[in-house]
Amino acid sequence: MTATTSADQVLTAELRSRIDHWLAKFPDTPEGRQSTVIPALHAVQDANGGYLERRHVEAVADYIGMARATAFEVATFYSMFDLDHPVGRHKVNICTNICCWLNGAEDLVRYAEEKLGVGLGETTGDGRVTLVREEECLAACTGAPMMIVDGHYHTNLTRERIDEILDALQ
Amino acid sequence: MSEQETVTIEVDGRAVEAVKGEMVIAATDRAGIHIPRFCYHKHLPIAANCRMCLVDVEKAPKPMPACATAVADGMKITTDSQRAIAAQRGVMEFLLINHPLDCPICDQGGECELQDLALGFGRGVSRFTEGKRSVEDEDLGPLVATEMTRCIHCTRCVRFLDTVAGKKELGGMFRGERTEIKTYVGEGIRSELSGNVIDLCPVGALTNKPFRFRARSWEMLSFPAVSPHDGVGSNMELHTLRDRIMRVVPRENEAINQTWLADRDRYGIEGLYSEDRLERPMIKEGGQWREVPWEIALRRAAESLRGVASHFGPEALGALLAPTATLEELYLAGQLVRGLGSGNVDHRLREGDTSDQAEAPPFPYMGQRIEELADKDAVLLVGAYTRHEQPMINHRLRQATNSGAAVMTLNPRRFEWNFEPVLEHAVAPGRMVAELAAVACALAKGGKGKGADLPDGVEALAAKSETAQRIAERLKVAERPAVLAGNMAAGHPEAATLRALGTLVAELAGGPFGVLAEAANTAGGWLAGAVPHRLAGGAEAPLSGLSAREMVERGLRGYLLLNVEPEADLWNPAAARQALSNADSVVAITVYAGDALKESADVLLPMGGFGETAGTFVNSEGRWQSFRGVTSPLGEARPGWKILRALGTVLELEGFELDNAEEVYRIVAAACEGVAPGSRYPFHKGAASAGSASGGTELAGAVPIYSGDPLVRRSQPLQHAAIAGQAEAVAAAETAGRIGATDGGMVRLEAEGGAVELPLRIDEAIPADTIWVPAALRERVDLGPPFGRLTVTAV
Repeated sequence: MTATTSADQVLTAELRSRIDHWLAKFPDTPEGRQSTVIPALHAVQDANGGYLERRHVEAVADYIGMARATAFEVATFYSMFDLDHPVGRHKVNICTNICCWLNGAEDLVRYAEEKLGVGLGETTGDGRVTLVREEECLAACTGAPMMIVDGHYHTNLTRERIDEILDALQ
Repeated sequence: MSEQETVTIEVDGRAVEAVKGEMVIAATDRAGIHIPRFCYHKHLPIAANCRMCLVDVEKAPKPMPACATAVADGMKITTDSQRAIAAQRGVMEFLLINHPLDCPICDQGGECELQDLALGFGRGVSRFTEGKRSVEDEDLGPLVATEMTRCIHCTRCVRFLDTVAGKKELGGMFRGERTEIKTYVGEGIRSELSGNVIDLCPVGALTNKPFRFRARSWEMLSFPAVSPHDGVGSNMELHTLRDRIMRVVPRENEAINQTWLADRDRYGIEGLYSEDRLERPMIKEGGQWREVPWEIALRRAAESLRGVASHFGPEALGALLAPTATLEELYLAGQLVRGLGSGNVDHRLREGDTSDQAEAPPFPYMGQRIEELADKDAVLLVGAYTRHEQPMINHRLRQATNSGAAVMTLNPRRFEWNFEPVLEHAVAPGRMVAELAAVACALAKGGKGKGADLPDGVEALAAKSETAQRIAERLKVAERPAVLAGNMAAGHPEAATLRALGTLVAELAGGPFGVLAEAANTAGGWLAGAVPHRLAGGAEAPLSGLSAREMVERGLRGYLLLNVEPEADLWNPAAARQALSNADSVVAITVYAGDALKESADVLLPMGGFGETAGTFVNSEGRWQSFRGVTSPLGEARPGWKILRALGTVLELEGFELDNAEEVYRIVAAACEGVAPGSRYPFHKGAASAGSASGGTELAGAVPIYSGDPLVRRSQPLQHAAIAGQAEAVAAAETAGRIGATDGGMVRLEAEGGAVELPLRIDEAIPADTIWVPAALRERVDLGPPFGRLTVTAV
């Protein structure tokens, strides 16, 4: 009846030390520890080929000492976490929020979808690119329309720039 | 409210008194001014996410949510101005965008907050032409039905499970329009309070699963009732249709269950109309059961009882009475047996040690009011898993821990709590006395200045224990401590010593000692004279008889059973089965005719079940709560008190000329006048301690949450719940290793009563050299009592 903790089996020593690094930055209270969940999930996601499995979220919650349901709320809320489904080698997030939208983001999304042959939230058959589901403001409105590819910002996009950037992805 | 600072606000031109700092909606609710709302609930944290309660506040630039706007002196609020109404209508339109129009097939129809408010604030025709959202349902288990497309994301269920039930089992997954309330992992809800999310859900997203499509809310009649399960006496309403009970909902009582109900109280009713319900009197002739008219059955029952008394002497006759029977039934049953000349009357069916009965207080009293528990700052639980034993008591302890209280336990194992106990002291059952004595010694040594000296003999019992020392230290610094003994303590073979030491520890710590009653009328049974040594009101019985344990272990020639199932309700089920099959005559007044009962009884008299009988329960606080019968007893069944009255009349006993149940109530109430509750169990030198010096393996067990009485055992939804008891042997890895058993493998357990084979599960919550086997389950009857010595072998 005691809760079995999956943390030790799922999280490697290196991951645990990276989470500890973040834990040290916040107050050692339940709320403070809970603040670690986003960087912790990022660390685990990066170590797992870009996506999270349920056991990872559970392990992180158990390790930090927070409700598993809350960790799942976080993992499902943010578009930068991919839960349950493996992703491609590269992640492309095209912003569709107001500034980008006014500057033609919708057209660019459609163009990228046609070019890659997949819809938002899908991965190309060769496992090269995942077009991340509907993306909201990524805080680069001055360079709208913009996108993030594997964590790197690309601003003032045009169809040609998209060709250039996506074609360069291996 | 009188001691708090108050301010005056003006609502719709009316002056309203409010407590400084409280939210507008709390003040208007108290003043009877209605503000529409979905997410607000007075016992839940504020979320302010539905926006239905928007009101107009003077000088505020926009409408404000009444649930999240604190009152201020002189604040002027309008709930029905054009701006307020426009805001509420706007919110309603958004809420209805994605809500399906399936009210005709929705169980919530007719009692739906969304439906009601849509009538007041909704538009007749929707302007929304886009596609509506639909959501896949998750199976939350056998108790709560889901239809999540109807969800409006008020998050009351999420907040309830998190802050009241203590474990956030549901969450708001995804975001925006795609938000879904779910567990995500699909493992269902394990909370013992899960049914409350049904009442909280303002729409038909979460509904009562067993009740589904059974009736419409407007067809049913509602009657007040009191829960027949644990010693809390939760208040509830029974909803009936065509003379059948359809469902149970909570009835608010801040002093007892607030607005909540435990699942056991809500779904126990599902066992009422089970297939083995006895509808007609039956007698056994030549080994065959035959239905007979009441007169014949009563005459046969009277002859049996009289026959035993005259052939073998009245002391060969005994009555075992269910602690869930009413005060009136328990009183009459006691009178009946005493009228036949026997003193063998008892309702303490699962108690292992009643040697302190002569000096015991008038009834097992929890030493304080239920409400007061929430204010404690340190509580020691002895032999108690309140979360499953008395969920609403546990709820108050959880509230106490929220304010920083230290809850500590001394139990034969660790448990899954819904709060963090600061300390769980899990020891083999044979060591509990020694550990509790050690707590007493440590307290006495520290000297809190309460002037209570340690009685002779306590030190001799005490173990050398650092953990006990720590418990004592925590109790010592507490300002409002309490010590509570639970059901496991009552079932312990040294229960009397535990109670005496508990009293001592509480006295030394300067707080009350309390005994938590196991059943709805455990306390009432004492007051009604359903104990062998006392009459109604606590007067000494002229002839003192045997306790339930003695009646079973010694074996009598005749038994009268009042709604008792020998294999599940008694402390030593193996001995009970033996005693009843050896008896010459067994008369059972019973709601159900289970197989075990049919095997051993000679006469079965059908008794009205829960909701079918008027009566009274006395809870752990000593609170008397009377209720009426709300449906007719099934078939030819009759209320228990009427059966006992008829039997008394046929036996030509005195005092059975009674017109109604109230008359019985008045007799008991008159006898109890001036009875003061108490919870002091004096300590005497020479109190026994079995100890565990011999180093053998010990058996420990408690009654699982849904196995306590005949009604709840027949509730199929509860039996299928994740937390229902399972027949298994549980041990720590080291203990299992010593036996040579593996996780999931079968083990053979041999105790005094006999032997059983059960699957073994490894769990470090069990102390060393102890095997945990849940009690009251059919599969473990042969093991006998819940505690004892045991030999284990791997199969």
